[in-house]
Amino acid sequence: MIQEPFAIGSSWVHRLDPRFRVVMATVFSIVVALSNHFPVLLAAFSISVILTVLARLNLREVLKRLRVVFWFLLLIWVVLPLTFKGNSLYRVGQFTITEPGVMLSIRITIKSTTILLALMAMISTMTIVTLGHALNRLHLPEKIVHLLLMTYRYIFVIEQEYQRLLTAIRIRGFRSDTSIHSYRTFAYLIGMLFVRASTRAQRVHQAMLCRAFRGRFYTLARFKPSVRNWIFSIWMAVVIAGLIVMEINGYG
Amino acid sequence: MDKNGAIIHLEKVCFAYYGRNNVIDELDLTFHQGDRLGIIAPNGSGKTTLFHIIMGLLKPCSGKIEIFGRPVQKEKDFHSVRRRIGLLFQDADDQLFSPTVLEDVAFGPLNIGKSKEEAISISRRTLDFLGLSGFEDRITFKLSGGEKRLVSLAAVLAMEPEVLLLDEPTSGLDGNTKAKLIEVLTGLDLSYIVISHEYDFITAVTENIYTIENGKIFLDEDLHIHQHEHVHRLGKQPHKHI
Repeated sequence: MIQEPFAIGSSWVHRLDPRFRVVMATVFSIVVALSNHFPVLLAAFSISVILTVLARLNLREVLKRLRVVFWFLLLIWVVLPLTFKGNSLYRVGQFTITEPGVMLSIRITIKSTTILLALMAMISTMTIVTLGHALNRLHLPEKIVHLLLMTYRYIFVIEQEYQRLLTAIRIRGFRSDTSIHSYRTFAYLIGMLFVRASTRAQRVHQAMLCRAFRGRFYTLARFKPSVRNWIFSIWMAVVIAGLIVMEINGYG
Repeated sequence: MDKNGAIIHLEKVCFAYYGRNNVIDELDLTFHQGDRLGIIAPNGSGKTTLFHIIMGLLKPCSGKIEIFGRPVQKEKDFHSVRRRIGLLFQDADDQLFSPTVLEDVAFGPLNIGKSKEEAISISRRTLDFLGLSGFEDRITFKLSGGEKRLVSLAAVLAMEPEVLLLDEPTSGLDGNTKAKLIEVLTGLDLSYIVISHEYDFITAVTENIYTIENGKIFLDEDLHIHQHEHVHRLGKQPHKHI
């Protein structure tokens, strides 16, 4: 099940207009992803930390989410220092740890945690529904927005159907092993899930037609204007501009 | 059956799913303003198919359909039909696709061109009427089965239809929600057709009960007197069944 532990809150960040947050988080992430100099990356990292603090996120939940990237980063730390060409830092038998490899690993680590923290602070502090509406208001293609919202709505139903099928095979004594029978059963299970999802989609579409659906969605969401939004935006814009200037001047 | 003034009139309608015999075979049906009819028939006898044909979701292979006195054939003809006839689906999860209750109920009114404010006020009114006030911001997939059913009924009623088609509205409901549904339906000033397997429910909300046999629809007019043996506690004591 999808959980949204950060979505409910009353912090300063929570009360910002979701549209401003989406735009700022996107621009910030792109700038961070394209930056290479360490002072820039470290500055961006501290901005992310400040945002996380401002959003008053539960530290344990934050760490739980960072753990997901951690495994990916671990893989990078194992592979890159050994496979990159360049000045060797350390040599163990046949293996050479190179300087550019280590530098790249550090960069990737800082970048990914920075972006992840920023997204947690700015984006996951709204529900997926609000995010959908914000994207809609930002004139993202309606199809994408509704793909997001419908996926969110029906992923639970499909999960339930999956669980039901799983119970049905278990109740008749199925135990998974590496036999052909086992693989075939899983193939049936997945196939059945696709068939059910597609007939479900058909019925949902019919139900929508019955309620006079003609291909256009309307949203009820309305966002309140507030000075806070502009203060936040100006602050973020200055920060982002600063990062870009530092990066371009090759400072550091 | 008298065709004049009929809301729904089907004449010799046939329908077959691909590669199978006709589920609906030369079916005639006339439904008037103010009628409340029930359909009890076995599984697979074509009850849901009949509803879907009326709504234009399935196209009959032959026969004539007139709704509100006008022949309907093409997808476009059915647009106005769908505004005036509300279909409650068998599975509420098919109907509730919006994330929040208010959005889902407002979906229909918005589609028929109501403004945002109007749609919201209609939706709130409908939810109030069904005793669901305070449900506006609830997440649809986290509702219980009974709540889902009532919300999907609200979604249909918010379109302010003249006729309701209810496809097994009581399936999976507990006694209380069923009683509530009976109360709501009998209190509505609407014509409707109800499909149900539950005899008690269908007799409580409809006047005439039909059945579908071999693809045709029949009025189950005759009272069948029948006897059967039964057991229950304290059965030895003299008692009456009414």
